[in-house]
Amino acid sequence: MAVHTGQSVAKAAGDPEVTRGRSRGTGKPPGGLRRSLSTHWYAWAMVAPVVAVIGVIVGYPLVRGIYLSLTDANERNVERNIGVNHLPATYEFVGLDNYADALTGGQFMSTLGWTLVWTVSCVGLTFALGLGLANILNRRIAGRSAYRMMLILPWAVPGFVSVFAWRFLYNEDRGFLNKLLAGGGFDAVPWLNDPTWAKFSVIAVNIWLGVPFMLVALLGGLQSIPGEMYEAAEMDGAGPWQRFRHITMPGLRSVSTTVILLSTIWTFNMFPVIFLLTRGGPGEATQILVTQAYKFSFEISPRDFALSSTWGVLILLLLMIFAVVYQRVLRKQGDTW
Amino acid sequence: MTAVTETRTSTARVRRRGDRSRAASVGLHATLIVASVIAVFPVLWVLLTSLKPAAYATTTDFFKDPTLANYTKLLQDTPFLTWFGNSLLIAGLTTVLGVFIAATTGYAVSRFRFPGKRGLMWTLLITQMFPMAVLIVPLYNIMSDLGLLNQAAGLVITYLTIAVPFCAWMMKGFFDTIPREIDESGMVDGLTPFGTFWRLILPLAKPGLAVTAFYSFVTAWGEVAYASAFMVGDENLTLAGGLQKFVNQYGAQWGPMTAASVLIAIPAAIVFLFAQRHLVTGVSAGAVKG
Repeated sequence: MAVHTGQSVAKAAGDPEVTRGRSRGTGKPPGGLRRSLSTHWYAWAMVAPVVAVIGVIVGYPLVRGIYLSLTDANERNVERNIGVNHLPATYEFVGLDNYADALTGGQFMSTLGWTLVWTVSCVGLTFALGLGLANILNRRIAGRSAYRMMLILPWAVPGFVSVFAWRFLYNEDRGFLNKLLAGGGFDAVPWLNDPTWAKFSVIAVNIWLGVPFMLVALLGGLQSIPGEMYEAAEMDGAGPWQRFRHITMPGLRSVSTTVILLSTIWTFNMFPVIFLLTRGGPGEATQILVTQAYKFSFEISPRDFALSSTWGVLILLLLMIFAVVYQRVLRKQGDTW
Repeated sequence: MTAVTETRTSTARVRRRGDRSRAASVGLHATLIVASVIAVFPVLWVLLTSLKPAAYATTTDFFKDPTLANYTKLLQDTPFLTWFGNSLLIAGLTTVLGVFIAATTGYAVSRFRFPGKRGLMWTLLITQMFPMAVLIVPLYNIMSDLGLLNQAAGLVITYLTIAVPFCAWMMKGFFDTIPREIDESGMVDGLTPFGTFWRLILPLAKPGLAVTAFYSFVTAWGEVAYASAFMVGDENLTLAGGLQKFVNQYGAQWGPMTAASVLIAIPAAIVFLFAQRHLVTGVSAGAVKG
């Protein structure tokens, strides 16, 4: 009997669905279970919509996507209708072949390399700029709210509109930037048409888009640091750099760890900037993993669903590894997140 | 607050804390001005271009024969208004449903201890990492099986999965800052848990709701990948898809396109203005407590 109770408690700690199904099956539910249902049904009812939506729209496609990555599915062999004829699926299970190809072939690795450069430089520079501006805005300074309004404007404009605005400025023949350079006697810069310049340009736009979020989050963090701490430090003779190093930085710790984690994930998967600015070009120079995977399933012919899913699963694995490592490192440094 | 107390207590000191030399002030203002110009210029330039006659669209003059011709052309000769309506419908539905779902979830996670809570929190976080590349093909198939391709409902459901996990985390942060005693007093007065949530806690969490609404609206208003893949045919496109079609189909007609950009940015900016007061508290509360 004692063993049975122990088991059901262990179950109850896990998936609620499993628990419920089991209690019905045994006919006479143990008291602990019934109690847990009657105390927790409220919480479960409140989270049910999220669980349902995530289960149907994320869970199932995820499982299906992982399955597709283990097959050779493409546009020509999946289940489809041509006119009135229904063609059954003819793709086959190929095991881990797609993964082996991706990891040994050059394309995935070189795309991954650029994706890492892109993510690190975007997140690093965005954070540095956001931190600098937040520190300035946190002082008493004339016109502070006007500055703040202007600096967060890029956040208020939908991303795809901003990207079009930048494409307009970057235009090689008639864009504003090159006309400005011409006015100063410089040659036109192929902002989006030269591989190196294109990389620079997409990073610049993404930083422009990302700074407002960093700024707002870090400003919130700065304002939650009590002013007395700075006064006390000043009494003890700490200079500006020491105050920044020993009060500001530790005070911003929890905010910065969260925004860096989030913005790394977002930047790694930043589809619209690349897709709308360069479509991954010139050539494949600015293609990051997500845009390349999208291209496999929607833009090449025949559309390669298996390859696209394989890259997608690899992206997910990379991000999960990153999140786990990041959290480990933080915990080792004494964070309780 | 601190500024006021400082001025009062430290008049005796020669140089108050936070006072700067003139050079430092100039430097700070110069930095802020440069940053603001960079932040504002691209948007401003689009606005100015939209007011020029189409023939002068690529000139560097700030003003040249200001006219609304681009706007009238856009509204009369292109399906812009249809796209606008589609986007408004989809973003509006996403916002209403997203706020409601995120609020109930955030409240449950903040207040109750229940089996599956830890798993749920992790799922919400991991969902953030899902590249749409792995989901988009299967999701496309599901939508086509359910007959939701080219339907507003299909995109609304998809956008909820993007917006809700982040919003639920933020709402949890907000609810954590509201004292539990309020819940308890509601219970004592005989309210059901849902009644407590609806009548007492939600009104207190208005700033959080504003941020959540803003985030959901902006997500749905500006999403590109799913919208491009799921919606086809001129009359079903959202603005994100429409604007792309516009560039390709009509060549580089910057005039009408900049006009479209301005009209697209306005609703987002209005929502932003409403939410921005709460934005600072919102993001940091979610981040600090999250």
